[in-house]
Amino acid sequence: MTLLKNTLSAVAVLSIMGAAVSAEPADDTLILNEETEMVTKTAAPSHLSDALDEIYSGWLFRGTETRAMQADDFDNPGMIFVEQAEEVWNTPEGSEGKSCASCHGATDSMAGVRAVYPKWNEATGEVRTLEMQVNDCRENQMGAEKYGYTSGDMTNMVALISSVSRGLPINVAIDGPVAETWEKGKELYYTRTGQLELSCANCHEDSYGMMIRADHLSQGQINGFPVYRLKNTKLNSVHARFKGCVRDTRAETYNPGSPEFVALELYVASRGNGLSVEGPSIRN
Amino acid sequence: MRTPIMSFCAVVATSFALNAAEVLPTDVKYEDGAVAQSLTGVAGDPAEGRKIVSNKSLGNCVACHTATDLAEIPFHGEIGPMLDGAGDRWSEAELRGIVANAKMMFDGSMMPSFYKTEGFTRPGKAYTGKAADDTFAPLLTAQQIEDVVAYLVTLKD
Ligand code: HEC
Ligand code: HEC
Repeated sequence: MTLLKNTLSAVAVLSIMGAAVSAEPADDTLILNEETEMVTKTAAPSHLSDALDEIYSGWLFRGTETRAMQADDFDNPGMIFVEQAEEVWNTPEGSEGKSCASCHGATDSMAGVRAVYPKWNEATGEVRTLEMQVNDCRENQMGAEKYGYTSGDMTNMVALISSVSRGLPINVAIDGPVAETWEKGKELYYTRTGQLELSCANCHEDSYGMMIRADHLSQGQINGFPVYRLKNTKLNSVHARFKGCVRDTRAETYNPGSPEFVALELYVASRGNGLSVEGPSIRN
Repeated sequence: MRTPIMSFCAVVATSFALNAAEVLPTDVKYEDGAVAQSLTGVAGDPAEGRKIVSNKSLGNCVACHTATDLAEIPFHGEIGPMLDGAGDRWSEAELRGIVANAKMMFDGSMMPSFYKTEGFTRPGKAYTGKAADDTFAPLLTAQQIEDVVAYLVTLKD
């Protein structure tokens, strides 16, 4: 059984650097760029209160150096990808000769958007992730090719959109037209999959704060996504992370962008309602 | 890491076909979570069992358990209880049951079932994320279970 064997080397490097790997979430406050105080710990949303008292950002489970790196945009390697996406934002593409900026103006017009996704789209009658919305704009507004769901271009763009919401509380709706999808996501969260028969909840609800081999288990929150991982030195998307975790139960995974992962994303996002948007964050 | 895991599974499948004396995963008899009968009739090798318990691509029990006897192995997990004294707390039959299918002893346990081939949701082909195929085999072979049990029996306080 090789649970998340790939992270082993990154963690080994970190502990040599002196990062504390302790059982509890760190007692620390994240202040972004010395001005924005982030909520990394708060009371669990009411739909979760029978399972958890408090919710914690994954930031609190990382080592001292990793946490410090995320507190300053100059030290956060994820911001390099945000800058790349900023250029793309302003570059016309596709048959309509438009850029994102042609319709939306400056990127700060996106403040607040990350915090409420995934959300219901009335016109198409579907729950949309931010990735789905970006591709909808590309196809139907710009006449441009869709991005691959977990491609670098897509993840960088999602990071740019997240970055202007940092510090705002995650606040996804779980009732009304999304209720059915949310229930489906909840069911997936508690289903024990694969030959190891482990559910998301086994690791991230029942065992957070504990070590599983070299990994310090967090609550598996997604408020920090996309995350820059020291392990692969690029931004990683929510569905890529889900896929990795399901694979590590020795299961057949769902595909990024699949209805199952969209539902799971809605549900997992709602478990973080109240935490600050942190993306792009830094993790091992 | 993938190649050794997959070839390991292939070996398991072959030895299954060859060794008729083995109790198949589907034929193991649990009584209150314990398994009295040896799965192979061949005594387990504690030294081999110690390796399986520590090895990432075999039992990887240290992902969740720590044990003083395994102090030289880096990164022990803390999901399950410490294994020190397991040989005092449990009989050989109970340990065999726990390793083969811990859920028979501990209802709803997070501990994986190491000698089981059926009843999974979306079983995969090892750690590839792909669907299981005809190389699907229990996490440990019958003899490996016996080796692990032989090792656990030696863990006395
Ligand atoms: C076998 C244990 C295990 C299971 C089962 C598991 N995960 Fe994880 N997960 C981990 C580990 C280890 C990490 C890396 C450390 C951490 O952040 O918890 C991780 C990280 C994550 C992260 C990144 C958190 C962050 O702040 O960067 C998310 C999100 C996540 N998991 C979601 C899930 C979901 C959803 C499921 C179920 C589909 C799941 N996990 C199942 C072990 C597991
Ligand atoms: C994913 C986590 C996990 C893995 C991997 C795992 N275990 Fe466990 N184990 C547990 C948990 C949790 C318990 C406690 C029983 C319970 O309440 O579920 C346990 C209980 C036990 C016990 C009884 C301990 C006692 O003294 O009461 C033994 C013995 C044991 N495990 C041996 C092993 C061996 C040997 C392996 C590998 C072949 C292994 N475990 C792999 C989680 C795990």
